[in-house]
Amino acid sequence: MATVALSSIAKSFGSTRVLGGVDLDIADGEFLTLVGPSGCGKSTLIRIIAGLEHQDAGGVAIGGAPVDHLRPHERRVAMVFQSYALYPHMTVRANIGLPLTMSRLRLWQRLPLLRLLSAQRRRVMRYIDADVAAVAGQLQLDHLLDRKPAQLSGGQRQRVALGRAMVRSPEVFLMDEPLSNLDAKLRVHMRTELAELHKRLGATFIYVTHDQVEAMTMSDRVAMMDAGSILQLGAPSELYERPASLKVAQFIGSPAINLLPATVGSSGRIELFGRPLALSAPLAQGQAVTLGVRCEALSLLHGDSAGPGRAWFSARLRRKENLGSEYILHFDLAGRDAAGVTMRASPAVAAGVNEAAEVTLGFDEAACHVFDADGARVEPRSPGGATGSVVPLRAWP
Amino acid sequence: MSLAASSSIASAAAAPPSIGRRLLLERLTGLGFAMPAFVLLMLTILLPLAVLLVLSLSNYEFGGVDMDWVGLANYQKALADPVIRRSLWNTLLYVAIVVPGGVLGALLIAVLVHRRSRTRSLYEVAYFLPVTSTLIAMATVWQFLLHPTLGPVNGVLKWLGVGSIAFLSEPSTALATLAVIGVWQLLGFNMILFLAGLTAIPRDLYEAADIDGCSGGLDRFLTITWPLLGPTTMFVLVTTMITAFKVFDTVAVMTRGGPVGSTEVLLYNVYLEGFQYFHTGYAAALTFIFLAFILVFSAVQTFALDKKVHY
Amino acid sequence: MAELALHPAAAPVTPARSALRRLVGLALVHAILLAGAVFMLAPFVWMLVTSIKPPAEIFSAEISLWPKQFYGLQNYRVALDKAPLLRFALNGVILCGGILVVQLLVAIPCAYALAKLRFPGRNVLFVLVLLGLCIPVQVPAMPLYIALAQLGLLNTYFSMMAPFFLSVFAIFLFRQFFRSFPDDIIHAARLDGVSEFEIVWRIVTPSAWPAIAAFSVFSAVAHWNDLYWPLIVISDAKLAPPPLGMMFFADAETGSNYGALTAAAAILTAPLVIAFLIARRRFIDGVTMTGVK
Repeated sequence: MATVALSSIAKSFGSTRVLGGVDLDIADGEFLTLVGPSGCGKSTLIRIIAGLEHQDAGGVAIGGAPVDHLRPHERRVAMVFQSYALYPHMTVRANIGLPLTMSRLRLWQRLPLLRLLSAQRRRVMRYIDADVAAVAGQLQLDHLLDRKPAQLSGGQRQRVALGRAMVRSPEVFLMDEPLSNLDAKLRVHMRTELAELHKRLGATFIYVTHDQVEAMTMSDRVAMMDAGSILQLGAPSELYERPASLKVAQFIGSPAINLLPATVGSSGRIELFGRPLALSAPLAQGQAVTLGVRCEALSLLHGDSAGPGRAWFSARLRRKENLGSEYILHFDLAGRDAAGVTMRASPAVAAGVNEAAEVTLGFDEAACHVFDADGARVEPRSPGGATGSVVPLRAWP
Repeated sequence: MSLAASSSIASAAAAPPSIGRRLLLERLTGLGFAMPAFVLLMLTILLPLAVLLVLSLSNYEFGGVDMDWVGLANYQKALADPVIRRSLWNTLLYVAIVVPGGVLGALLIAVLVHRRSRTRSLYEVAYFLPVTSTLIAMATVWQFLLHPTLGPVNGVLKWLGVGSIAFLSEPSTALATLAVIGVWQLLGFNMILFLAGLTAIPRDLYEAADIDGCSGGLDRFLTITWPLLGPTTMFVLVTTMITAFKVFDTVAVMTRGGPVGSTEVLLYNVYLEGFQYFHTGYAAALTFIFLAFILVFSAVQTFALDKKVHY
Repeated sequence: MAELALHPAAAPVTPARSALRRLVGLALVHAILLAGAVFMLAPFVWMLVTSIKPPAEIFSAEISLWPKQFYGLQNYRVALDKAPLLRFALNGVILCGGILVVQLLVAIPCAYALAKLRFPGRNVLFVLVLLGLCIPVQVPAMPLYIALAQLGLLNTYFSMMAPFFLSVFAIFLFRQFFRSFPDDIIHAARLDGVSEFEIVWRIVTPSAWPAIAAFSVFSAVAHWNDLYWPLIVISDAKLAPPPLGMMFFADAETGSNYGALTAAAAILTAPLVIAFLIARRRFIDGVTMTGVK
């Protein structure tokens, strides 16, 4: 049983408030990712869970018991650091074995010279070596056990760091941006490995990253953080499909979500570029809102496909990016006071658009997200009760 | 061009005939820039060294008129001279006290100071103050501190019921007392070097160790600090050895080699022979013996630092 | 492996226990550090205390950290009257300033040449510099003394400074610093028609400011406190730098006038100590520069 429960964790460094009362309950065996821009407090939070920092207020409980007074190693957690933090003067074997040496040998058995007196030590060391070998086998490190970290590649070091974490069979794994020092290809590979490792070990994983792709691909749940608080907590698909705020919408998804400025017209109807849409929001007339449209929700309109429930606007193609299987099309909004938009398109569709050509883009109104001036999500009313939308709409009361 | 004349010197250094004007100019500039330093290097180090070598093979006495070659007699005399033997022994004894005290003490203080946050700079100042102070002036103060009847140190000892100790006039304690003052002067310097070494150890490692159960002070020290501080320790060790071997000031001011030669050290004898008795040839030989020790210490350092990548 | 789960169940870690543990550790650390600090600072404290005590209190057996009768003025006046202490300090300033200026003027161009220019003999020169690092001034002292005596230059400021005009350490240090200076900037300057002389002094040198500042402190501290060489070449008390002056003063007479002696010690130690307290970081960097070798 290793649930992790955080209750109103607050932390300041000097006068800078890094965490402003974070509550978070993590289930046993869950893979939870803390994601957010740098400086959002996610690393501080994981370090507080590990016991490397002390929170100013609030409490941490692991497996239901408070651990605030415990030192890091007493908390039954393991941590993988961004820099791996391997002991440079020790072999891979000694690195992985260190946590075991510390817990299974008494202090005097670890001291230089004195330890030679211990007969039991040799026996314990044999057990430790066996455990290390088992972990090394799982991580394909067998042939590297006698090397020192400096003689390893980035990916190998990463594995050693994982091995050192795994060897104690901890109930909670904490990972602080463990993949950010790897090259792009290895990162993709390690994502899969970590996800499989999680499944195999069944332990609780708490994973910190600034890379939303890592968050989306590996996690059971994602906590998106900004400025010291959790903006949204939910399954990856939830964050993508129902972002609770403009910040979440902007952070999650690649290419980034398209933002279109709109206003609230009479009787709450939302107007895009002066044209009323079939959406209305419970907001005062004249208020500015932002429409968020995922780039796969955009499509090219040819006269006939415009219809009820579809918004449209004209744009001019600036650039095509060929990704092989698909294209990313970048459009300027001709003469509008707005950034351009990007759109995902199949090669066939992309072939039909020429650079600098003016086209009409449209999107399913039900598939767009509405955010008020403060960036909070607003559930729009769709008078027609649109169906088939990506967003499961809740009827506005 | 007036440069043309002098340029032949530079191009004489086997430059290909097609050498560009640019390269030629660079060589000339380089030579010009290095010249003052080179001349001074000759005048203040190399030439004196050569002269010293010649002197050490002669019986020259400063101010005297005649001078004869005596070969290695000066060296033989020095090695057989009980005064020199004693002073060499004293010097090594002094080194043997100052090095462990100055290195291990500084290491202990540095490790303890390193983890302080608010009080760190306070301790840094306190320990570093003796390094910047004028040792000769402070030696006078030490003399008074250790005065058999007036000094507060003996006052405290009396109060503790130990009885007074004539630290500097007792042959058995004088050298050790000077060594303690040597440690006092050196500790802050070494502490700062160790602190620099400690700062270079990534914090991550200590945090990883914390999580791995390596959280006791002794464990952290043995597992991380000590091994990773290896190169720094080596460096501090050697500089301390060299500094201690050069001990002179405190001897010259506080004991003048006494009582009964118990604090005569090598450099003090070099000074006496060379500049008080003007046995120039003999002093030159002593200087080379002194230099030999310094070079051995430096060689140890070079050798050890070459191997410093121990991981 | 059950018996290897080893540690006999330690007493459970309660919040109170862990707080106590931390407190005890902290107290122990500070106890050690404070004890050490007392050892380091005691001479300074005792120097200042004694310098303001009347003779009667100095010679009394009882230890007190504060004089019953303030006698500071008299002690400091005696010290200043009996010995030209301010003159010693001035000599120290002249000595350190003169040495430092020449050291920088000589070492900087040489270091630049070693770092950035190709010229014949460069490697030989560098090896000589490295060798020079191992040779303390006590080694060439005697030939230099003889030469200065022959030239009739003993008992001059020049004789005190001459052996230190070349600092191989400065050359070595600045070379390391200059090597990391981007070549592109130097090339750009050359293309712009800046002379090599100006490149050294107006472009490269300013960038090495931290190293120069630190070296200056290092050099000043070393020569302000040096006794060996001035003791050899200076017999005229008017030219004595602080350590030698202090030695003369201690010898001269005062003998057991500890009040005046400690006052003199305080006056001669003050400049560097005050400078240290003001520019703490620079001092620590500078004096420990030798650490970067």
